[in-house]
Amino acid sequence: MLQGSRSWVFPTHPAILSTGVVGGPFEKKGNLASDFDQFYDDLWMGQDTYEKANRTLIEDAVQIALDKQSLQKSDVQFFLTGDLINQITPSSFAARTNGIPYFGLFGACSTSMEGLALSAFLVNYHGAQHVVTGASSHNSATERQFRYPTEYGGQKPPTAQWTVTGAGFAVIGEGKSVTAPAPRVTSATIGKVMDMGLKDPFNMGGAMAPAAADTIAGHFQDLGRDPSYYDLIITGDLAKIGRRTAVEMLKEKGYNFPDHQFKDCGLLIYGENQPVQSGASGPGCSATVLYGHLLNEMKKGTYKRILVVATGALLSPLTFQQGETIPCIAHAVSIEYM
Amino acid sequence: MGKSPKTPEQKKYEQLEKQYETKRPLLKNVLKAFFVGGFFCLIGQVITYIFIYFFNFTEQTAGNPTVATMVFISMLLTGFGVYDHIGQFAGAGSAVPVTGFGNSVISAAIEHKTEGYVLGVGGNIFKLAGSVIVFGVFSAFIVALIKTILIQLGVI
Repeated sequence: MLQGSRSWVFPTHPAILSTGVVGGPFEKKGNLASDFDQFYDDLWMGQDTYEKANRTLIEDAVQIALDKQSLQKSDVQFFLTGDLINQITPSSFAARTNGIPYFGLFGACSTSMEGLALSAFLVNYHGAQHVVTGASSHNSATERQFRYPTEYGGQKPPTAQWTVTGAGFAVIGEGKSVTAPAPRVTSATIGKVMDMGLKDPFNMGGAMAPAAADTIAGHFQDLGRDPSYYDLIITGDLAKIGRRTAVEMLKEKGYNFPDHQFKDCGLLIYGENQPVQSGASGPGCSATVLYGHLLNEMKKGTYKRILVVATGALLSPLTFQQGETIPCIAHAVSIEYM
Repeated sequence: MGKSPKTPEQKKYEQLEKQYETKRPLLKNVLKAFFVGGFFCLIGQVITYIFIYFFNFTEQTAGNPTVATMVFISMLLTGFGVYDHIGQFAGAGSAVPVTGFGNSVISAAIEHKTEGYVLGVGGNIFKLAGSVIVFGVFSAFIVALIKTILIQLGVI
């Protein structure tokens, strides 16, 4: 149901039934290793290209999520996902493997919440019983497409971010199918594309912060809520610079957050000693942190209501070389444990 | 080429964002580049002397085998996955010397092996180094042209 100008509320409370979270060797050394279901110790993941490795991440994460619910692929009506690689081939090729009717999404690093919002909408309005959604990224496949060859010795500035190698997927089912407390999707706010004129592809967090601030403020306005409604507002991959900027922008709009209430997935996933400059990024960042760490914390009772705001920079290697600015987007989904 | 003027809102945001942006540690970077780059040159000098004292080279002819040896070493370091870490530490110190050229060639070759030897390796090996060659040759041409003109005019 539309509420306000761009938010949906889901009266049937679609539930996140199960999740599958897979990571690479670098994530295994990170802070949230215990929240992953599976790791690969090698970036190739037994494949001969990094793009195939990205596909393997998706296939494994989906299978793990389905296995936890003992669901067959035929029990799932739709598969909604995307990644960063040209023409989202890892996602589409994974959809070829699992044979589930497929919507390919591209929202860069906001894909995880774009997919979750649409999945909840589909399930809420009886468009499906079960939907599998999530997002993935692979560090080396992304580096080689957007930046330089992986072994090239270029120096990255402190504003740069590290693309997560990982996939996080979830099975979304009808709210009435689970009676026990579960993480449920209660509302979502769709972002608009914002461009504040930043051009540096090594400073994505700075470019994405206005989109995050706009969507968060839009969410509160549409639903008539204030920050106290949530135990945690968590952005996708703003990292150090973007998070500070977004907090400041929201303060200007009249929304104040204490530090512990406004976090960023890109700052949680890796340890202090890992050389990731500003923090983590990639569609796999918010997907693995939400479907792994955050949902586990909700089950433990740390958080009851969270607002996940995945942010995406909608650039391509071509557009920044042609001197274009970086348009960005953010989608917010509220998840409540009830 | 996307040169639309910035709106006041964009300018205001740029100022706000700048306050929170982590600055490049310029002095630290310059010092690291100076010492690592200098260390590379020191190794190169040692290799030059080896060629002069142990092989049949003179100070004039030892340059080429030295460059070839340095590039070969940097290619090995690239292949073993070491050079990119040196690059993150040293910046221009490891990018500017000829070893950086070797790194850019071999890293592109490794990267594009998955697309086959002809379209992948062959087509992309000079993806990064190509502009070094183009502008290097072009500037050499301009300098030679100026020198030729000056000689013809009897200035030098």
